[in-house]
Amino acid sequence: MESTKYDAKSFKGGLHPPDDFKHFTDKKAIEVCPLPEELIIPLSQHIGAPAKCLVKKGDEVKKGQVIAEPAGFVSLPIHASTSGTVKAVEMRLHPYGTDSMCVVIEPDGNDEWVDGLEGIDPEKATIDEIKAKISGAGVCGMGGAAFPTHVKLSPPDDKKIDKFLLNGVECEPFLTADHRLMLEQTDRMMDGIQLVKKVLGVDEACIGIEVNKPDAIDKCTEVGKSQGVKVTPLKLQYPQGCEKRLIDAETGREVPSGGLPMDVGVVVQNVGTVAAVSDAVREGKPFIERVVTISGAIVKEPKNLLVRIGTPMSFLIEQCGGLTEEAVKIIHGGPMMGNALPSLDAPVCRGTSGVLLFGKDMVRETKIGPCIRCGRCVSVCPVRLMPTTIYSAISYNEVEAAEEACANDCVECGCCGFVCPSNIPLVQAIRQAKNAIWAAKS
Amino acid sequence: MLTAIIAVGAVALFFAITLGLAAKKFHVEVDPRELAISEVLPGANCGGCGLPGCSAFAKGCVEGTIEITGCPPGGAGLVEKIAGILGVTADASEAEVAVVICQGDNVKAKNKYKYLGIEDCNAAQQIAGGPKTCPGGCMGLGTCQRVCPFDAIEITEDGLAVIDREKCTGCQKCVPACPRKCIVMAPISATTHVMCNSNDKGPAVKKYCTVGCIGCTLCKKKGSEEGYVIENFLARVDYEKKAEDINAGIEVCPTKCIRDFATEGYPEGSKLVMPNSVDQAS
Repeated sequence: MESTKYDAKSFKGGLHPPDDFKHFTDKKAIEVCPLPEELIIPLSQHIGAPAKCLVKKGDEVKKGQVIAEPAGFVSLPIHASTSGTVKAVEMRLHPYGTDSMCVVIEPDGNDEWVDGLEGIDPEKATIDEIKAKISGAGVCGMGGAAFPTHVKLSPPDDKKIDKFLLNGVECEPFLTADHRLMLEQTDRMMDGIQLVKKVLGVDEACIGIEVNKPDAIDKCTEVGKSQGVKVTPLKLQYPQGCEKRLIDAETGREVPSGGLPMDVGVVVQNVGTVAAVSDAVREGKPFIERVVTISGAIVKEPKNLLVRIGTPMSFLIEQCGGLTEEAVKIIHGGPMMGNALPSLDAPVCRGTSGVLLFGKDMVRETKIGPCIRCGRCVSVCPVRLMPTTIYSAISYNEVEAAEEACANDCVECGCCGFVCPSNIPLVQAIRQAKNAIWAAKS
Repeated sequence: MLTAIIAVGAVALFFAITLGLAAKKFHVEVDPRELAISEVLPGANCGGCGLPGCSAFAKGCVEGTIEITGCPPGGAGLVEKIAGILGVTADASEAEVAVVICQGDNVKAKNKYKYLGIEDCNAAQQIAGGPKTCPGGCMGLGTCQRVCPFDAIEITEDGLAVIDREKCTGCQKCVPACPRKCIVMAPISATTHVMCNSNDKGPAVKKYCTVGCIGCTLCKKKGSEEGYVIENFLARVDYEKKAEDINAGIEVCPTKCIRDFATEGYPEGSKLVMPNSVDQAS
């Protein structure tokens, strides 16, 4: 029905989840989450080297103060999300499931900004100054992988960028954080787009949005018309939001195996990321809060919340009125690519797009059966891999065979495991293969 | 009919002559000692010596590129045999067996989540560090069992790996296979071990395991100063020390994680082998 309204594009492979479950939160405006009693800020929130801690127990910190400095080019500083006292620097549960070093801050309630945070006038500033503002504010990809944005905006000289794509696809079921942001903060996002266009030296930007968000498509088309920003409606197809699939759908270009989007002249940014870029450049405001979807059938009032980085997930649940029954599964991120968590003690970090809670109705405990060679995983793989081949190779510890089957090209979207009638955890097997390949090389 | 017989006969004759000549021309000298050593080796091709297979080990012994004591499954008996073949003397060190230094199965130790993925410890370890809360505890998913060439490891019903000391030859294949590093090698005569692999502090261990070492140091203080080493809140038996020194720690351990399997028997599935009944060690 919706797909007939637009001339929607797509890519080969992938699947249509039977229900996208977005109805829980897609009509709910973003609410500001209050200050919790304790903020747990992990030192590793981005891809690349973890930041080096600059504070110790007992230190007073202000909102926006740098509490950890970057440890290399592909790394980012970490900022305090409120003012208060450092209660501890210790190992805590990281939203990715393992224990990791975190700075625990006890807020003083004043929420006082640190001095000296100033924006720059992008009209007068040089490109390097804008990039320094972006990296100094700790901006990274908000789609989930949390790749430092300034690295993406610094392609080597021999790579000519001619396309700038915005990722507003949000193809994961349940999640609506980007959807609400595109609707409610369109101007902030458009401003960020102009800044990134200036840095990259491209004239045109294109936002890819799936057709299940017609309100966002209409609003962005209208606002973008005068600013050289186009909107591409995209078919409902998971994993449309995967960077390389989006490039395929919008431009027809194929990123080579082991390559990056910049190899085909494209840079892709999440819509939330460019909004954070706008804050970082114009106001000098560090990346200390983001929109998070808290959803699931057992959450009393599912919401889209503007959350400070470091807010414990248990506090978010309180803000949503609690749970109607005991959670059997807690998921950080989306249901397809997110990771399950052992408890709600983990905090929100820069890559947290959602926190999902499932009761026993939503969780199936399945037994792994034998591969029946039905080939469903092959037909849905958006990268055109043969997941079953990689699975059988790694089950027999044949690392070279797994590498020949291009295990390293897997984007871990989870389509193969989702359709497998034998419930084989194929993504887990491919991850295992990737680790084994990496271990064999080092 | 006759043509066929002649034709096949001619072909057979041709190949017989060619192969006979080739065998003479391309003959490879094999040291008879190498063959003799190959005969006495266990023949499991376990790789415990670090070489690809038993024949490579036999060749290495003859060429002197590897110590003749280098075959863990063979033990002292084998060393004597090889020494006899090569006409050398060698000191045989005591044979070792693998020990799983954990007794926290799914009943005694807590899991932080329910694992439903691939039945493999390395695969599980990648998911939030594995289901077992204890970072050093056995997850019981059987990776060690599958790499053991001698079928010496069993997984109990409650999910704990135990080693059959009768079958274990000390080839050490299971040691690197365990992502938790909870399999260690110990001399076969040692029957007392600290059955814990957690380097966490006492209160943390108590939260997730009823039989873990809490690093209280009582085994050293009240038991024997000699017999134990304590590093990172974990006690370890110093296997070089006397048995009575080591055994002094058993009674005082509050969590009963120091166990003497000579008196109480090894966990189910793991048969007790007394040192004096082992022909390898004699």
